[in-house]
Amino acid sequence: MGTFVTLIINGLAQGALIFLMASGLSIILGMMGVVNFSHGTLFLWGGYSYVWSYYAIRFSVVMRLFPDAVPLTRFGSILTIRGVQLPPDAALPFVVELGIFLAALAFAVVLVFALGYVFEKLFISRVYGNIPAQILITLGIQVVFTDLVRVIWGPNPFPIERPPFLNGVTAFGGARIVHYNVFLIIVGAVIAVVIHRVLTRSKVGMVIRAGLQNPDHVRAIGINIRGYFSLVFACGAALAGLGGALYMPLVGNVVSTAGMSNQILAFIVVVVGGLGSFMGSALGSVFLGLMGVAIAMLIPGLSVVANVLVMALVLIFKPDGLFGLAVKKHG
Amino acid sequence: MADTILRTKDLSVSFGALRAVNQVTLDIEARKFTTILGPNGAGKTTLFNLISGLYTPNEGRIFFRDTDVTGLTPMQRVQAGMGRSFQLTNVFPKLTVHENIRLAAQSYCKVGYNIFRDHRKFQKVNEKTEEIMERVLLQHRRKSPAAELTHGEQRKLELGMVLALEPQVLLLDEPTAGMAIEEVPTMIDIMRTTYAMGTTIVLIEHKMDLVKQLSDRLVILVNGAVLADGDPAEVSRNPEVLAAYLGGGAVHGSAS
Repeated sequence: MGTFVTLIINGLAQGALIFLMASGLSIILGMMGVVNFSHGTLFLWGGYSYVWSYYAIRFSVVMRLFPDAVPLTRFGSILTIRGVQLPPDAALPFVVELGIFLAALAFAVVLVFALGYVFEKLFISRVYGNIPAQILITLGIQVVFTDLVRVIWGPNPFPIERPPFLNGVTAFGGARIVHYNVFLIIVGAVIAVVIHRVLTRSKVGMVIRAGLQNPDHVRAIGINIRGYFSLVFACGAALAGLGGALYMPLVGNVVSTAGMSNQILAFIVVVVGGLGSFMGSALGSVFLGLMGVAIAMLIPGLSVVANVLVMALVLIFKPDGLFGLAVKKHG
Repeated sequence: MADTILRTKDLSVSFGALRAVNQVTLDIEARKFTTILGPNGAGKTTLFNLISGLYTPNEGRIFFRDTDVTGLTPMQRVQAGMGRSFQLTNVFPKLTVHENIRLAAQSYCKVGYNIFRDHRKFQKVNEKTEEIMERVLLQHRRKSPAAELTHGEQRKLELGMVLALEPQVLLLDEPTAGMAIEEVPTMIDIMRTTYAMGTTIVLIEHKMDLVKQLSDRLVILVNGAVLADGDPAEVSRNPEVLAAYLGGGAVHGSAS
């Protein structure tokens, strides 16, 4: 029973992270028809920029408050990351720790939003309707900007820590509940509710939903849907950036290959859940998260195969995805 | 000189060897109800596609309020005040009736990009949406997804979306096509009210009996060219029209 609860929580936390990537990818693909292979690099940039700004802010705050704190090993290249050891019995107040964490998250999300906006304006906007060109150009962005991460922060992985207030484990019956996982589940659920409300309640959301059904007709009633594309792309990027920022503290180390591996999961979710379906990407992510954790425990050798197998089965039996748009190009 | 709102000058387009629209020159008067009548294949929809910008003419120009709009995209023409409905129903099937009309109202009211503001808080857009739903008699269906409407209701919804754009000229392509007979009179009422409110209407039809009492002016299009143009009563008595298109007895019947 205890193991079961642990598994569910870990799986849901994984699902929440995948969801942050998959939801943006799904809407970008469904509404703009863009196959975006640069999504993983946006995730990676979110991760590195969060880690860098978190450590930079925390270092300067700690050194100011505790002059006798001890700086730790420096990692990185052009930009570096440096932890700091507080004096014995000293601690930053919770509010300060929370502030540092939120500031770093905000920095990462805003930076990746801006990156996404620039990508759309500079590159994506030139290749609408041309899928081979989209694949080439977004893969190109993926390669260049992933290497740029290696140039800026160095090619080697390095360990990082979670914010102290999110670090901990509670034993509950036989289950080990990792606090950070619970935090991820809450963030995932809140973001899902926010996206859902934006899609169903805001006027931009209405244009997006209409655009997912028939972009040409949106234009026919005088709405410049291209103007919304940059915004949608940048928001999708920001979600991926948030995913990356929250992913790094979960795994406890920073690796430049994290972008690609998580992007593959997000693409599988989009196929399984159905193109442009918000519900599909939410449920697909949870499903993939739970399945991933279960398989990793029961038959570790099949972790990768299982995901691809699910995708293959869905493609064979329900090619539009489990929650695909029933009405795609109408009229 | 009458107040001309829309003008085509020597408009022509060919598809391969077929000259679908041939040297059509029309002056559409503001606040008048003009009907373009012609048999299937006469080039009526093609003419609309040229006017609304879906096709580019081989020759000729289109003027809207004395401005040459021949080079504008369909979207720009809609924004300039030219609204059109399509022969095939064009609505967003998964949005509700209310959302479909809201979307058009929001396009007209030019709201910005703030994604967190609740769409229900834009008063002007809300008022417009309610008014239009009332005009096209769909208030009772406001929460239904468009996909669940009957064909006739979908046509009304589509007309509502065009009306929400507050077009100065309304181009209607056979709005009663495929409608159940019982639904046709309400559609005619909606057109009549819209016209009475001061909108210029250009209607495409092939049913003579439907348009005779509605129209101020009748234009007969045959083989892509204007055959007759004028007062409906006169035009429908014109022997040339009777011979070429209406074939005598068909005047009161409906070609389909």
